[in-house]
Amino acid sequence: MKNLRHINNSFNDDKVIDACSIFGAMDTSGKRFSGTGVIKAIANMHDRGNGLGGGFAVYGLYPEYKDLYAFHVMYLSAEGRNETESYLKECFDIIHREDVPSRKTAKISNPPVIIRYFLDIESHQPDASLQDDYVLNAIMHINTTRKDSFVFSGGKNMAVFKGVGYPEEIAEFFCLEQYEGYIWTSHGRFPTNTQAWWGGAHPFSILDWTVVHNGEISSYGINKRYLESYGYHCTMQTDTEVIAYAVDLLMRKHKLPLEIMAKVLAPPFWSDIERMPEKEQKLLLALRQVYGSIMLNGPFAILVAHHGELIGLTDRIRLRPLTIGEKDDMVYFSSEESAIRLISPSLDKAWTPMGGEPVIARLKQDGLQTTENRVEAVLSRR
Amino acid sequence: MKTLLTSKFAVIRDPEKCIQCQVCINQCSFNANYFDAEENEVKSRNENCVDCQRCVIFCPTGAITITNTPLEYRYNRNWTGSIIDDINKQAETGGVLLTGMGTDKDYPVYWDHLLLNASQVTNPSIDPLREPMELITYLGGKPDKLEIDEKTLELKTKMLPQVKLNVPIMFSAMSYGAVSLNVQKSLAKAASETGTMWNTGEGGLHSSLKKYSNNTIVQVASGRFGVHSEYLNAGRIVEIKIGQGAKPGIGGHLPGEKVSCEVSLTRMIPQGSDAISPAPHHDIYSIEDLLQLIHALKEATNYTKPISVKIAAVHNAAAIASGIVRGGADMVVIDGFRGATGAAPKIIRDNVGIPIELALASVDSRLREEGIRNKASIVISGGIRNSGDIIKAIALGADAVNIGTSALIALGCHVCQQCHTGKCAWGICTSDLKLTKRVNPEIGAQRLINLLRGWSLEIKDILGGLGVNSIESLRGNRLHLRGVGLTDTELEILGVRPAGR
Repeated sequence: MKNLRHINNSFNDDKVIDACSIFGAMDTSGKRFSGTGVIKAIANMHDRGNGLGGGFAVYGLYPEYKDLYAFHVMYLSAEGRNETESYLKECFDIIHREDVPSRKTAKISNPPVIIRYFLDIESHQPDASLQDDYVLNAIMHINTTRKDSFVFSGGKNMAVFKGVGYPEEIAEFFCLEQYEGYIWTSHGRFPTNTQAWWGGAHPFSILDWTVVHNGEISSYGINKRYLESYGYHCTMQTDTEVIAYAVDLLMRKHKLPLEIMAKVLAPPFWSDIERMPEKEQKLLLALRQVYGSIMLNGPFAILVAHHGELIGLTDRIRLRPLTIGEKDDMVYFSSEESAIRLISPSLDKAWTPMGGEPVIARLKQDGLQTTENRVEAVLSRR
Repeated sequence: MKTLLTSKFAVIRDPEKCIQCQVCINQCSFNANYFDAEENEVKSRNENCVDCQRCVIFCPTGAITITNTPLEYRYNRNWTGSIIDDINKQAETGGVLLTGMGTDKDYPVYWDHLLLNASQVTNPSIDPLREPMELITYLGGKPDKLEIDEKTLELKTKMLPQVKLNVPIMFSAMSYGAVSLNVQKSLAKAASETGTMWNTGEGGLHSSLKKYSNNTIVQVASGRFGVHSEYLNAGRIVEIKIGQGAKPGIGGHLPGEKVSCEVSLTRMIPQGSDAISPAPHHDIYSIEDLLQLIHALKEATNYTKPISVKIAAVHNAAAIASGIVRGGADMVVIDGFRGATGAAPKIIRDNVGIPIELALASVDSRLREEGIRNKASIVISGGIRNSGDIIKAIALGADAVNIGTSALIALGCHVCQQCHTGKCAWGICTSDLKLTKRVNPEIGAQRLINLLRGWSLEIKDILGGLGVNSIESLRGNRLHLRGVGLTDTELEILGVRPAGR
């Protein structure tokens, strides 16, 4: 088994610590828009990164292949590519394969080979309820055992582009201004203890879930042990990986609604819970009792996205910044308000959510308000 | 038979300060001070002194000092003074040597080889004076996951009974009979005011303590003293006591002299009769029997109370704990070999069991590996001395700790190890009414409340320094610990890295 820990954490620290800039944008009408604005916005927060990692997640990216799993795979050697491609052929029907377009730039030196595959699994795993697990196992298998290969993302109609460099340099390298999507998230990284490795940049993804993260999770040690008892292997030793697995466990496996998941990751204080109406109190009490070990403690601001939803969340006492901007159907999430105003100067609304208060942008056809906090709303109506 | 034992301590009285008031004589329950009428002078019998310091504290003029006796046996690495004394005692009595408190032998204390982390730069420390800092802990079994109605967001999972602790520190089981009623009153009142639990031990629940039932753990031990339906339902948690860290594998013996009228009523045995707790429960000869008792107690209490099982930390504690959890227990209490006792054979106290730190680490790891850690809370005890020990225990994986000796020290105990004599000069471990009134339950409770408050403040400071604001983010978070002066194997068992890595 290859040691991702060694690649991502060459000094064998407890965990890889990094601070960052994060930016996200969503058109809640579902209209796709170009990455130009997002690139400009994240570039405006250049100083929050140190050039050792930048990345983007884009949703609604491949409408022509929207029912196929889109794998973006990084190869560091031809041998690794051969090994992984033969594995992919075994597990999937490769409908289409191409190089991820990139351009030679002055700033990005020695880039790896990055290929994308559009994969059909119907003939391998016809049971729709098991397909996600099938794909996830394949990705974990490649990432932990196949030589010199690493899957950046493996969801449908979405992809992650990331690498070593400032985010605007990564965008230039991957020609991201040419793509369109209805959700974009991006990240500029300031790691303190990792060598330049493309797989270590954000966003982190599991299937179509992506996470970008600014902060340090001081509860990492117990979060990791908790997830390990549910069969996750935290191979990269980063806080962000833990968040991605937590989202997968809580939402995909335990089927908790998004708002409830947010209350698990950043729960209200006991003293607040004690003041809630009975039904709400009962729910939040049980959440903390059962999921206390996966609560994220320590400074963080995260953007978690999947198809149809983009959520912004900070820790309970908001030790990392997050600002929200709204303009017509657009919702922006950013470490700094200036980055939002740079690309959308006349916002309808801009605000900073309370610590631990989830802000959720949803596609409008779901018939839900953009940022309504459904936990309180539903329960207080009863 | 002439005793060959020598005095261990010398009572030194400053003649210039002593006013011959005889307070020291009244205070000493070991008859170490006396009045010599012929010479009209207060004197001491050094051979009776146990260094409990009672006379020192109560001497109105501060005239008394107790020192180790200047007489020392000739140095010998093998034949130390205490070994020579023990042989003499047995040569003179032909019996098993009894003792009290936890072992005083020089075994490693792993707490003192573990160091905590703190935040610098990359994450901010949190100031508990300005920000909320949460110590609330819920004991009881938890489900693997919660089911929530997607539309109404209502909780569909039925939770098992949970018990709230405001501080993750409870009082260890100390039975009525072993300790006095005033001690139990102090513990119960302090637990109730602080929002934590005290534990009846195996001696039943005295009627005057029933008002504290919300903060009471009632124990079911092998003697089943005072166990009846009302008793089981009077507590918030029911604990099955299998073993005790100070004397794993053996039972207990409360001599008939200690079974006073009140003790007899509470224990439901005849006055003056010996109360003998057998070594095993005679209805538990294996794990499936324990399962039956756990479920019998759940039935008896209508599934309203967590059922706890207390074991001594022995070599295969991890496997035993796993069996206990699979048997349906909602809590596992592990008592380490430094745990104290009212009376135990010295040879067992000093030689049987394993350190609680290693037992805790292996139990927590084992339950996690088996994916059943959430099914039961882990509580540990046995030599917890301060808030540093507590926070390290929680980082290793404990939900909460029990304190026994620390609580008794707060009530006056000076750890003189004479609990088994029934003569405790501090009125703690005795049923002699002249002595038991020395503990005032009001003052005792206040001292315990103060202790728990002080420790809570310290725990909050440490949590804030670590950059977390809730105790559950430290529970089992061994990355916040580093080992010093430990072997690779010890580090591996503890699941911590060496300092510097």
